[in-house]
Amino acid sequence: MNYNWNWGIFFEQSPEGTGTYADMLLSGLMWTILTALCAWVIAFAIGSVVGVLRTLPSRAAQAVGNAYVELFRNIPLLVQMFLWYFVLPEVLPESWGTWLKQLPNAPFYTAVVCLGFFTASRVAEQVRAGIQALPRGQRMAGTALGLTTAQTYRYVLLPNAYRIILPPLTSEFLNNLKNTSVALTIGLLELTARARAMQEFSFQVFEAFTAATIIYIVINLLVVTVAGLIERRVAVPGR
Amino acid sequence: MTSSAMPPLGPVSEPQAATDAAPGTGPVGTLLTEPPPVSATGAPMITIEGISKWYGDFQVLTNCTTAIRKGEVVVVCGPSGSGKSTLIKCVNALEPFQKGQITVDGTQIANKKTNLPKLRSRVGMVFQHFELFPHLSITDNLSLAQRKVLGRGKDEAEAKGLALLERVGLKAHAHKYPGQLSGGQQQRVAIARALAMNPIVMLFDEPTSALDPEMVGEVLDVMVELAREGMTMMVVTHEMGFARKVANRVIFMDKGEIVEDAQKEEFFGSPRSERAQTFLSRILQH
Ligand SMILES: Nc1ncnc2c1ncn2[C@@H]1O[C@H](COP(=O)(O)OP(=O)(O)OP(=O)(O)O)[C@@H](O)[C@H]1O
Ligand SMILES: [Mg+2]
Repeated sequence: MNYNWNWGIFFEQSPEGTGTYADMLLSGLMWTILTALCAWVIAFAIGSVVGVLRTLPSRAAQAVGNAYVELFRNIPLLVQMFLWYFVLPEVLPESWGTWLKQLPNAPFYTAVVCLGFFTASRVAEQVRAGIQALPRGQRMAGTALGLTTAQTYRYVLLPNAYRIILPPLTSEFLNNLKNTSVALTIGLLELTARARAMQEFSFQVFEAFTAATIIYIVINLLVVTVAGLIERRVAVPGR
Repeated sequence: MTSSAMPPLGPVSEPQAATDAAPGTGPVGTLLTEPPPVSATGAPMITIEGISKWYGDFQVLTNCTTAIRKGEVVVVCGPSGSGKSTLIKCVNALEPFQKGQITVDGTQIANKKTNLPKLRSRVGMVFQHFELFPHLSITDNLSLAQRKVLGRGKDEAEAKGLALLERVGLKAHAHKYPGQLSGGQQQRVAIARALAMNPIVMLFDEPTSALDPEMVGEVLDVMVELAREGMTMMVVTHEMGFARKVANRVIFMDKGEIVEDAQKEEFFGSPRSERAQTFLSRILQH
């Protein structure tokens, strides 16, 4: 193999004229983090609601929750990305579709919404499992004290369920972070997309993807560390 | 504000202390050797009329009827699976039932218009496995429902909680979490938590059967004191010592039916049904 190693490449100007190749990767990293965080906010909110729906006594609520999870869990993420980005604007009323297509940063908003809805189905599954893992008597004790169903969830069931599912939720957050790379297919200039661009401009394929790999690993280790801190912070004494 | 100053939950039943001498609940209590709990002659606090309940095809409760008067202590016993827990949960509307009627302090619990959370807030309930909220300190366990259901302020709720903790001998543990207490201590906290709501009646579902033997006494002591103070109590338990000491009546259930509903002396002296006799001889052997 005739390969010209050049680790100094990161400090050379990229042909885009916006700085060095290192700057290019860093801007990709920023988009990756921003997309992951925004998607997580959506995923956590919707996932919690859907997870709770699946544990309510009402059959209708359970059915809605189940339908959501099965829909978003069983379509490949890549297909969902295309559906949101290419198909949705076409099936909406024309003026809405045009508005969507002309949105500045459309790939970013689309990626956030798509990943958020997709990850929500996985969060919902964890929330349901967490609530169902609690002793049945906890719900009964809350109810017997006169708390409404909403209050029982808010003050008794969810605080305990979230503590139980913190480790699997951390996994879901990591998946969510890594899944942002799928958004390169709709033109989001996130980390993987920037590494590919660097490779195309400079032909330094190994350097580009070694850098991307290391950045992903470091970020994920950081997430794991923070999750560990949170876990210790919210640990219940005596358990 | 004391519990007696609280407004009634619904239409109050007419005063009927003198005339209400239903069969089986008559003034046999006057023959007691020990002084009876404060008063067991008030109007019915709980009436259970012809309750039947099914889980699918399986009938758990069959036509159960009884009444518990203000200040009365009623012990419910019977073999495992006889429906004791189910019956006591029906009283608090924690379990729905298909037939019959339950009235608590004049309020029909099956009535669609009844505000169930409000009703439940005035019916204290103590569970076999304590069911303290593990993520909350003892203080917060005692304050939560006072604040969210009764709308009491933080200081008022905590003061009330602390006073009750003192009463059950656990004031020094207020800052701890449930996981840091022994079973007996947790159950005493659970009783205090229920009392913090100023309940008009207390329901106990086998409050000592998950405890190590050496902790049973401390919980029973709290319950005996409560009974002596005149609290209306419905207690599912196999602690016959407790029944002998403070119960006014004993209800014996078997296969979802109330087989025997008798004054304490009558029940321990000469249970009428064969099933109750067998049950008694079996648990009194130990
Ligand atoms: N959710 C449920 N679904 C189906 N059957 C149930 C349910 N809960 C209880 N049962 C059945 O109802 C019957 C009565 O149960 P219950 O818990 O009231 O009995 P118990 O007298 O309290 O018994 P134990 O002394 O063991 O607590 C039992 O046969 C039980 O298996
Ligand atoms: Mg039971």
